[in-house]
Amino acid sequence: MREPLIDVEDLRYTYHPDTPQAVRALDGLSFSIRPGEYVGIVGGNGSGKSTLAKHLNALLVPTAGRVRVAGLDTRDRDATWTIRRRVGMIFQNPDNQLVATVVEEDVAFGPENLGLPAAVIRERVEEALAAVGMTEFRRREPHLLSGGQKQRVAIAGILAMRPDCIVLDEATTMLDPEGRAEVLGTVKALNQRDGITVILISHAMEDLEDADRILALDAGRIVLDGPTAEVFDQIEGVPGGRLDAPPMAKLARWLREDGLPLPKGLYTVEQLADALETVLGPGTRRDV
Amino acid sequence: MPEPLIECRDVTYTYLRGTPREAVALRGVTLQISTGEAVGIIGPSGSGKSTLIQHLNGLLRPTSGTVRIAGEDLWAPRTDRRRARQRVGLVFQFPEYQLFEETVRRDVAYGPRNLGLPEDEINERVDQALHAVSLDPARFGDRSPFTLSGGEMRRAALAGVLAMRPQVLVLDEPTAGLDPRGKHEVLERVKALHHQGLTVVLVTHSMDEAARLAQRIVVLDAGRVMVDGSPHEIFAREEDLQRIGLGLPQPTRLVRLLRRRGIHVGDALTLADARKTILEAARAAPVRRERDGTH
Amino acid sequence: MELTRFVTIGQYLPRTSPVHRLDPRTKILLVTGLMIVLFFVPAFAGFGLFAAFLLGLFVLGEIPLGYALRGLRPVVFLLALTIVLNTFFAGGASGAELFRLGPLIATAGGLRTGLFVSLRLILLVAATSLLTFTTSPVELTDGLEQLLRPFRRLGMPAHELAMMMTISLRFIPTLLEETEKIMKAQMARGAEFGRGSILHRARALVPVLVPLMISAFRRSEELALAMEARCYHGGEGRTRMNELRWRRADVMAFVLAAAASALFVRIR
Repeated sequence: MREPLIDVEDLRYTYHPDTPQAVRALDGLSFSIRPGEYVGIVGGNGSGKSTLAKHLNALLVPTAGRVRVAGLDTRDRDATWTIRRRVGMIFQNPDNQLVATVVEEDVAFGPENLGLPAAVIRERVEEALAAVGMTEFRRREPHLLSGGQKQRVAIAGILAMRPDCIVLDEATTMLDPEGRAEVLGTVKALNQRDGITVILISHAMEDLEDADRILALDAGRIVLDGPTAEVFDQIEGVPGGRLDAPPMAKLARWLREDGLPLPKGLYTVEQLADALETVLGPGTRRDV
Repeated sequence: MPEPLIECRDVTYTYLRGTPREAVALRGVTLQISTGEAVGIIGPSGSGKSTLIQHLNGLLRPTSGTVRIAGEDLWAPRTDRRRARQRVGLVFQFPEYQLFEETVRRDVAYGPRNLGLPEDEINERVDQALHAVSLDPARFGDRSPFTLSGGEMRRAALAGVLAMRPQVLVLDEPTAGLDPRGKHEVLERVKALHHQGLTVVLVTHSMDEAARLAQRIVVLDAGRVMVDGSPHEIFAREEDLQRIGLGLPQPTRLVRLLRRRGIHVGDALTLADARKTILEAARAAPVRRERDGTH
Repeated sequence: MELTRFVTIGQYLPRTSPVHRLDPRTKILLVTGLMIVLFFVPAFAGFGLFAAFLLGLFVLGEIPLGYALRGLRPVVFLLALTIVLNTFFAGGASGAELFRLGPLIATAGGLRTGLFVSLRLILLVAATSLLTFTTSPVELTDGLEQLLRPFRRLGMPAHELAMMMTISLRFIPTLLEETEKIMKAQMARGAEFGRGSILHRARALVPVLVPLMISAFRRSEELALAMEARCYHGGEGRTRMNELRWRRADVMAFVLAAAASALFVRIR
């Protein structure tokens, strides 16, 4: 088995420690993520998922415990820039992460910070814009783009740094359905085509259908960690009740409770339709 | 027939007229909304939804066409548009970004105070509005709005509009960005307000939300009304919806798919509908099987 | 109410015209130079030629003239004031009397001075807007950064200034849109702007300014985080995708501008 790309060990984090406003946001998390995985992290407001995200590229460092990226400890200051280059981050508000006033100049911002030669930067910017399908918008002003397009530019800005992993911290939350589909499609392609590790954080279960594995967070702890279909089946049983199963998983559970012999692990319309067809459709007649 | 509460006739609107970025947002929208209705307005991005609702309370002036509130032309010379804004309460997208006062109470009181109401009436309205959004005035009233959770802030902002005592509540994507529990709370509150008699106009991207709340859906596409009818009528036009990039609600898609595969289920807009009709089909299935066997 | 409609100063128009392609340093130096020249133009004829020269550059730069003219709107009041004040007070003893307004005497000489100063003001604004219409803020700041670099040894924070400028320019449209949205939201709650006494108007702005400031702080915090996440650590060791390089067109531009300037200050 390959060495983990990200290794989190008993991670704890407290905001404003040793003051009356101290808030424990993360309360002992352990997990690891292998190169090439597509992992969803889900949790309601205040579950600690954004705090966790910021630990994955050394924007925050643990109060206790340890986070390692490709073997580098995030507390090691000399490793900070290597870690940030390897683990790129997309944030929630598409407006607040674009620095430049022209798309391609924004995409160049990361590689420029890395001190790369101009010709290399240009090549990478072109490659990155093509990878997210934004080449024709290269000379546009970011504020005239749609939310989904802005997020794709932000993703290109990360890709131009040639990362191993992209963390999307609620990056679909402020988008409309088209924008969400654009971002999710882009991320899926990056994972499948280019083998980039994806960590997608969201409170919307339907955003996580492409993930291979889901971590569910509640009150700073991991409450579920497993393959996507399994987590969808178990999520409603998690105490706290901030998390909701995707609609089809919920309907499948109801129908199981009503006595229909449906298997577990159904969460898309197509999966449920197939299962219902075998249970009560014309297909069963042939078996009689 | 009673006069419609809101009537748009042939409304067009052009943004940034006379600049290189000129853009036509509405191209002849005609629409009537009657007292007590719950209307969903859906459409892809750039279809003109947000522009349209800003016409309903006179924030935007139509480039051509008329908007009437209870029969009164909003842009006639003598119309008091502030009154229109009181009657048609508009809740923008991410309304928590307009909160500014030190306490929730004072923020909710901002609208009634602008109406020049006496202090005791303001207090009464604030209490009522906070109750209407399930924020206990005793618990939340004196807190800073900026210490609330996302869903609570959203509801406090909603209370700020309700305190104006509007006849129509117009909401632009009221659940955007909230987590599932926050979404549920906001939708339940809006539903309850509608049951108490408030006319509701809900702009949404979500077919599921529209199906849950509205008895009538207006689909906008490229600044025009594409269809206007009951959810069943709207969802019957699956291909048109798909062409403009709108999908059907998941329960509706499921039952359609099952019907295409020869399973006799009825139509469904919500998960509960789907559960019911699938169970009925399951109960009928053995019977049908026996009958099939006699052939 | 469309705030972005009225603010055209500082709005870059992306094109690929010859003016756009000039080195930003060239454009900064030339526009600064031309602005200085303006103060040495002695006659209306010089202004006429200057205007024609600028007009040519606007056409060459593919800038819609109507759009450019709208950029003058904010200075209209200033222009009117300049003309009126000069007409009444700048004539001195010279010039024929035009008319009287109570104790004030309008003189032809004063009007002439007023028009002269106003023209200069208009041309100053037009020259500046030519720079901002044809030079992306990023190029502009790159240019400034490079031009200021020699002064770094004297403690001039060239990179930091340039970065601050870029970010301000990037967020001007965003904040304008946001202002408009907040104003509309408060109007939906019965607010009225631009009515009543000055004190009343100022008070009416509080419900706009507070949310705007909160949002600006939130944005700056998020932006700082996003920049750090993209390995930003100041100007040290940073390279640029578009390295500035003088080309033949730049030399030609300097020669052309110098020749034209000589004409502007000579012609009577």
